[in-house]
Amino acid sequence: MRCCCGRYTEEALDASAKLLEINPEYYTAWNYRKLAVEHRVGESGSSPEYVKSIFDEELKVVENALRQNFKSYGAWYHRTWVLSKGHSSLDHELRLLDRFQKADPRNFHAWNYRRFVAALLGRSVEDELQYTEDLIGNNFSNYSAWHNRSMLLSEILKKKEQESSSQDVISKEYEFVLNALYTDPDDQSGWFYHLWLLDQTFKVKAPLLVSSWPVPGFDLVVSGNVSFADHPLSSFSEFTVALERFPVVLYFNQNVEGVNSSTVTIQSTFVQNEDVTWKPLSLQNSPASKVWVGYLDLSGVDHHSSAPYTVEIKLGHHQGIMSSNGLQLSIPFDLSFTVSVKPLETQSSKDEKVAWEEDKFCACETHLQVAIPCLCYDGITVDNKYEPTTSDWQIGTIAEEISQIRNLLAISDSKIGKITLARLLMAHDAMSSPYATKTVHAEEVLGLYSELMKLDPSHYQYYKDERSLVLLQQLLSSRETLLRYCFCYRGITSPSAYGPICLRLNNQSISRMGSFDKLLWVQLLDLSDNELHSIEGMEALQLLRCLNLGRNKLRSFTSLDPLRYLRSLKVLNISHNEIGLHSIDTTRYSCSASPLSHNGEIIWSDDVFPPEDADVTNYWEAFMVFKSLELTQLDIVGNAVTNEKFKSFLLKILPKLQFLDGQNLHQI
Amino acid sequence: MAELPPYPPIEPSEFDLVIVGTGLPESILAAAASAAGKSVLHLDPNPFYGSHFASLPPDDLSGFLDHPRPSSPDPAAASGGDDLAAASIDLRSLYSDVEISSFAPETLEQHSRKFSLDLSGPRVLFCADKAVDAILKSGANQYVEFKSIDASLVCDKGGNLVNVPDSRAAIFKDKSLSLVEKNVLMRFFKLVQQHFSGDGESDRISEEDLASPFVEFLAKMRLPEKIKSVILYAIAMADYDQEDKEACKIVISTKEGIERLALYHSSVGRFANAVGALIYPIYGQGELAQAFCRRAAVKGCIYVLRMPVIALHIDKESGEYRGVRLGSGQDIFSHKLVLEPSFTVPSSRGLLPQNSLMENAQVKAKMARGICILTSSLRPDESNFLIVYPPRSLYPEQVTSVRVLQIGGNLAVCPSGMFVLYLSALCDEASQGKKILHRAINALMNLDDSEISESTPASTVQTEEARADPLLLWRALYIQELTAGQVGTVSSTPMPDGSLGFNDALDATVKLFQTIYPHEPFFPETPAEDPEDDGALSVET
Repeated sequence: MRCCCGRYTEEALDASAKLLEINPEYYTAWNYRKLAVEHRVGESGSSPEYVKSIFDEELKVVENALRQNFKSYGAWYHRTWVLSKGHSSLDHELRLLDRFQKADPRNFHAWNYRRFVAALLGRSVEDELQYTEDLIGNNFSNYSAWHNRSMLLSEILKKKEQESSSQDVISKEYEFVLNALYTDPDDQSGWFYHLWLLDQTFKVKAPLLVSSWPVPGFDLVVSGNVSFADHPLSSFSEFTVALERFPVVLYFNQNVEGVNSSTVTIQSTFVQNEDVTWKPLSLQNSPASKVWVGYLDLSGVDHHSSAPYTVEIKLGHHQGIMSSNGLQLSIPFDLSFTVSVKPLETQSSKDEKVAWEEDKFCACETHLQVAIPCLCYDGITVDNKYEPTTSDWQIGTIAEEISQIRNLLAISDSKIGKITLARLLMAHDAMSSPYATKTVHAEEVLGLYSELMKLDPSHYQYYKDERSLVLLQQLLSSRETLLRYCFCYRGITSPSAYGPICLRLNNQSISRMGSFDKLLWVQLLDLSDNELHSIEGMEALQLLRCLNLGRNKLRSFTSLDPLRYLRSLKVLNISHNEIGLHSIDTTRYSCSASPLSHNGEIIWSDDVFPPEDADVTNYWEAFMVFKSLELTQLDIVGNAVTNEKFKSFLLKILPKLQFLDGQNLHQI
Repeated sequence: MAELPPYPPIEPSEFDLVIVGTGLPESILAAAASAAGKSVLHLDPNPFYGSHFASLPPDDLSGFLDHPRPSSPDPAAASGGDDLAAASIDLRSLYSDVEISSFAPETLEQHSRKFSLDLSGPRVLFCADKAVDAILKSGANQYVEFKSIDASLVCDKGGNLVNVPDSRAAIFKDKSLSLVEKNVLMRFFKLVQQHFSGDGESDRISEEDLASPFVEFLAKMRLPEKIKSVILYAIAMADYDQEDKEACKIVISTKEGIERLALYHSSVGRFANAVGALIYPIYGQGELAQAFCRRAAVKGCIYVLRMPVIALHIDKESGEYRGVRLGSGQDIFSHKLVLEPSFTVPSSRGLLPQNSLMENAQVKAKMARGICILTSSLRPDESNFLIVYPPRSLYPEQVTSVRVLQIGGNLAVCPSGMFVLYLSALCDEASQGKKILHRAINALMNLDDSEISESTPASTVQTEEARADPLLLWRALYIQELTAGQVGTVSSTPMPDGSLGFNDALDATVKLFQTIYPHEPFFPETPAEDPEDDGALSVET
């Protein structure tokens, strides 16, 4: 279409205009026109009038194309391009937009373009806000208008530097959207906007350390090698880590970046600050994470001295730890604890099978006089002069919304209203107690989710998951409740002695795990007989040695991904799940673990990777989970995936395995 | 009697149907009968179209109210052929207590021809009502354009005017309802909507409830007083106080109530350019009758204005109707005759009793109507709006609703910058009706009630009312009789009724047509002549 002398002929341009009028989706033609415009404008000697006429012509072509299809990407894009060249009558653009937005008020192309034009025009945010108000007034189901409103308000809120004026803005919006919620509680648009407002209200601004392992003031006892049976518990305030090195886990209230040896300093006699590498525990292979772990090497420790070493960790004294929106850690944290080494016992190192039977456990609340380590956290906050991050205004607003939604539910049955109330109540609890140690509304929230599970079966799983999280929060909220689920494990050889503590949350009909910040200390965890389909977040439990996930609803090895990070894990029970039962692995398609995010950080250890093995490709997902683990005991019976071939594959990739499905492999 | 202008004789002299009067019902009949292939002669003694549905300049309007038409000549002058006898046609006066006050005669004189005031106002169309359907089906939409009524208001218990929360969007935007009231009202709307659209029996309102009074159903649904009042008087447009069993002459049943509510709702959003439920024809209501007449003319109907009918021809033997004698002296023969309600045919010897049109004794109530010409709008931001004052909202003895419609110059019913206000209320007798209208006018213009003279005598004398609001240029108050129509070989159409819309008038007209022509469809659905334009009503923004 371009002749030899490099000119774009009138004829060709006319043809492309006609073509685009008939089919605006033909982007090659748009590109052709773009090149032609650039060429013609760039020609020497073109007068401003000539340039103007060229652009006018382009706008006309686009307008005609949009008449044919007002959702054509190419056409809108071309128009944006022409305008970005600095040419147009912007008032005309707004009039054109009004026409298109009248024809279809939810045309997102038009809305995008409107934002573009409004920015070019420098139209005031208030004017645009009024426009959304008018359109919402015409039909408050128009979520496009609500959405644009939220974009505009974000801008306004950014500009409002004084807290109080942004509070006024948000309060007015609550008033506005409640009209929609009350008028038609079945309409989702208002609820979504309400949810967005809640986010603005509830937004925790600065990151905060909510939990750590070890907790401050803790006396850690480390021994070189420990089996569960022969280790009587002298005091619960001591804790046993059976490693040459032990983890320090930092648990924040949101994803943070910048945890490294310059932002976190460790002072101790046996380890150099620079030797500790902090890693994010994130499945998404992202530089930001809620949970960070650093391993302290114990090789420099004198194994024959029982004198405790003091370790002091300071974080947040230097800038650097910040949230995704660039806010720094709000309060500096100092935590110190002691480490003492228990002399190596000579007769040990005989691994025994861990049995999960009921009679192996005894309730330990009567024996425990001292606090469980994780629960000292409110104490820290006092020591660190914790300043509340939430204002009275925020709590007041949430309380007001709670009463509004309660009133609405009293007269109108609304599913989305119920779930909003549940969220509000949880938000209220979280705000009045940032470490989730008070769960005033938990019972009511559990009731709401149970109701929703009955009312709205199509979203059963979602409600069930939310309910599980609340339930866990409630169970783990106080020492008293937590102790009810703590049991002592009694090994076979010494049935009289008290063994390590096992947290047993079995048979609670939990479908999703949460509250990991309270579980950092857990070494033995029994989650059997639940309805778990995901163990997302379990990567934080760096001390975990024995995990029972038997009789749950895990559907794939992909859903066991968090286990890859659990270097202490030795005993795993995943028997009687649904692994291999479903041909489509839905875990991969959920938002948190997209197929693209699967190639997360893998702790490669080349010696366990047999590259030529055909089984590795067949059982790739299992391989990915197990190859970095050093399991000694695995129960996998009762899953569709297990057969002889699979078992032999497991033996190959788990060389340290001693018990498979209860069988002692060394006795065969 | 003034000499009639010489008319050429009408050709032919035999028709299927002769219609006298060009009010809306007569005009629709003419259009429907013509569309059904009947030969129709449509006459009007007046020099304008519309009869009781006309829109006229102030002077013509006063003249029409005082003397509906040139007095009828002596029927004895009519003498038919040998086998025909003459029966007299009488005129009855349907307007009384006419009271016209002009406060700025010069200004009015100057703009006289720019006014077209509705005789039967206030009246509007609901976008989904039967009149709109008839306009579309008949093709009359080519000749008339509409504009939206911008707002609909109702007077609440505190005497404040509030917007009628008549749709989902209106409820959302409303500033006077509490959140809970919004929820309750919208749920009621949904309940009614489900009754009409839902397929399950559970969605439907029970037969028992449908037969019960609407006010009781609303109470059963636990609607708060405020919302009950809005639904009853501003949406279902009830006239009488539904709560007061003694005074309430017309009780609206739940069935009627929810039908009116459904009409209202289906009207909102029917036409893209219409902002609410209500529209009004540009140049006034009289345009509607004219549009149908033009439609009829296209289908072959013959029109003669300024042509009175002075007598009926009766078959001497059977007593059957045969034809009419015109004011011009010509005799016209037809199978059927339709007369507008000003005419009565007293029973006389030789005339079959069913062909006599007696003064109707059934309708006791009367309409009090008022028209005001204003120099500025009663509300600063709106020029066309409707206001309802429910019973007792103005004063304790107010037994019926007052409906008020303001129409501005942008609807071409008055010079731009001026506004016409229509008021109406049902009443038993003139003084009661006048009192309601006075009170409403005073409330609207913020006048003190004590200033009205309760004993204002019915008079056409221009009274120098020094206390009149400076807004007010001209005012007419009058009492209009209500008549039911009569159907037969000789039929009579009804007077403009007391409702705000045209649904009842349309029902009566369709019934009349179907009785006269039981085998003909009322506007057969013909493929639109202009496919580009089918089914569209022109509503200007």
